[in-house]
Amino acid sequence: MASVSSPTATSAVPLGAARPREQGTSLTRDALRRLRRNRLAMAGLTVVVFLALLAIFADFLAPYPYTKTNFGRLIEGPSRDYPFGTDLIGRDMFSRMIFGARVSMLVGLGAQIIVVSIGVPIGALSGYLGGRTDLLLTRFIDVMYAFPRLLFVILVMSMLGAGLVNIFIAIGLTGWVGIARQTRAQVLAIKEKEFVDGARALGAGFVRLLWRHVLPNALTPIVVAVTFGIPEAIFTEAALSFIGVGINPPTPSWGQMVGEGQQYLRSAWHLCVFPAIAIAVTMLAFTFFGDGVRDALDPKQN
Amino acid sequence: MFHYAIRRLLWLVPTLLAMALVTFVIMHATPGSPLDPVAEGANPLSPEAQKNLAEHYGLDKPLYQQFGIFLWKALHFDFGNSFVYKSRTVAEIITTTFPISLFLGTMAFALAVVGGLTFGILAATYQNRGWDYVSVSLATVGVAIPNFVLAVFLIILFSFVIPLFPTGGWGHWRNWVLPTVTLALGPMGIVARFTRASMLEVIRADYTRTARAKGLGERAIIFRHALKNAFIPIVTLLGPMFAAVGTGSFFVEAIFRVPGMGKFFVESMTGRDYPMIMAVVLTYGVFLAIMNLAVDLAYGLIDPRIRY
Repeated sequence: MASVSSPTATSAVPLGAARPREQGTSLTRDALRRLRRNRLAMAGLTVVVFLALLAIFADFLAPYPYTKTNFGRLIEGPSRDYPFGTDLIGRDMFSRMIFGARVSMLVGLGAQIIVVSIGVPIGALSGYLGGRTDLLLTRFIDVMYAFPRLLFVILVMSMLGAGLVNIFIAIGLTGWVGIARQTRAQVLAIKEKEFVDGARALGAGFVRLLWRHVLPNALTPIVVAVTFGIPEAIFTEAALSFIGVGINPPTPSWGQMVGEGQQYLRSAWHLCVFPAIAIAVTMLAFTFFGDGVRDALDPKQN
Repeated sequence: MFHYAIRRLLWLVPTLLAMALVTFVIMHATPGSPLDPVAEGANPLSPEAQKNLAEHYGLDKPLYQQFGIFLWKALHFDFGNSFVYKSRTVAEIITTTFPISLFLGTMAFALAVVGGLTFGILAATYQNRGWDYVSVSLATVGVAIPNFVLAVFLIILFSFVIPLFPTGGWGHWRNWVLPTVTLALGPMGIVARFTRASMLEVIRADYTRTARAKGLGERAIIFRHALKNAFIPIVTLLGPMFAAVGTGSFFVEAIFRVPGMGKFFVESMTGRDYPMIMAVVLTYGVFLAIMNLAVDLAYGLIDPRIRY
């Protein structure tokens, strides 16, 4: 992240001189300060951290294993033993919700890693090489865009079968397009700048040029795209699990719980309401945080 | 403009071909077959029966031939019989269910545009005051929360707590309210956000100041001068948005038991109903492309600076 500012910030400091800590606010530090001042974004971040902790320590925090059934107490409302009630086969909703956070967080992060590692190289190559490669890739991206996104993910999932790894694959296969487009546009603009010419004149190779000089300066929109990509992936998983082609039961997923529970909304509201609230809060938290990151990195936007 | 429209329509052909090909490849490149038993762990069909069925549906032919046959028949609007609903043709299922989805989608779309514009204008004219906060929070909630989650909250609120509308079904206008609102909230939020941003920009423009200096009333300034210009960037949103409303509808259709295409959409995919999958994907594809084209043409009509 620190290298985002390299061409502008370093020019003010004499070569070789150690930069004093308190002096010189880099773009990154500026952005961080703006982010910290944004109360909604900080609230969002707090929720995200809380969810991450839930996901990591689910095994210790959940009072019951998520598969433990109690056939004596089926579809019970909230009680002292079961704070969020029990589900159709007597499993503790509270524990299943905690483990559900793990699935959501895993999907959000994992899918983004795949999306970035496919989208950024393709976009960067396409923009940097230009010519026929670029034309071919942009045509392909256009066709992918013509597909309604969710439809494509559902198609891939129903063909591959339910499961966490397949969700990564399905989201990765469809999600890279947007980020590739963004990266390409950035690289197209940056590769014409003088400092790239300078580096090339100094004999920097192709890989070094892209990796050290072009990409760091294209990072801002990529970071923003990732912060918004995480909730989108979480939403996609919830939607897939809702219609039954997402997570494999008995692994708990909030989307799957809402999908199953909404059929019993009148007789057993707790089956559906708690996971629905969890999804809503998660999505809002990520959106607030994402908005904050965008505003902090790109103050002109506002 | 006419030539532009024709050219765009011609572009539809390669796009649809590519979509059909990608779908076809995904269907056939993944493990599994429509001849597999539907229930998990059930006994497979005897090899003879499998062979007969494959022959009957043309699944025994080489893939390129299958694709060719599909294309040829699709040109004649013959998509064959559904594998799941064996007595019904795909074309018949789509022509009976798609209009329902389209109707729901259109209502939601209209509500989203009207509501979004209203909230967006209110937010911009009362910037940083009450209406602004209402609009912005509504927009954030609508955009961030998935529609199947919104549906749950709306049912609880307007069917159980205040029993105004039924929880599901179709056929009476009271059935239409909740699915339409659920489907509309997300796009409404997007439109409201864009309208607000666009209006704020236009309100600061010189010609708005001129209009105010001329002594025009606030209403004339907002509606005749500002909105007309603020509307232009919003129009680009509407094409892909209509598609999102259309494809997002299967969750809403499932929850509110609307007899639209959404159900067949999901069932065809989980049941490996090849002819149905192809038809559904292409229906959405055609629809999306036409909406995008309509928006681009409307763009030219609204903004005289644009020439094709």
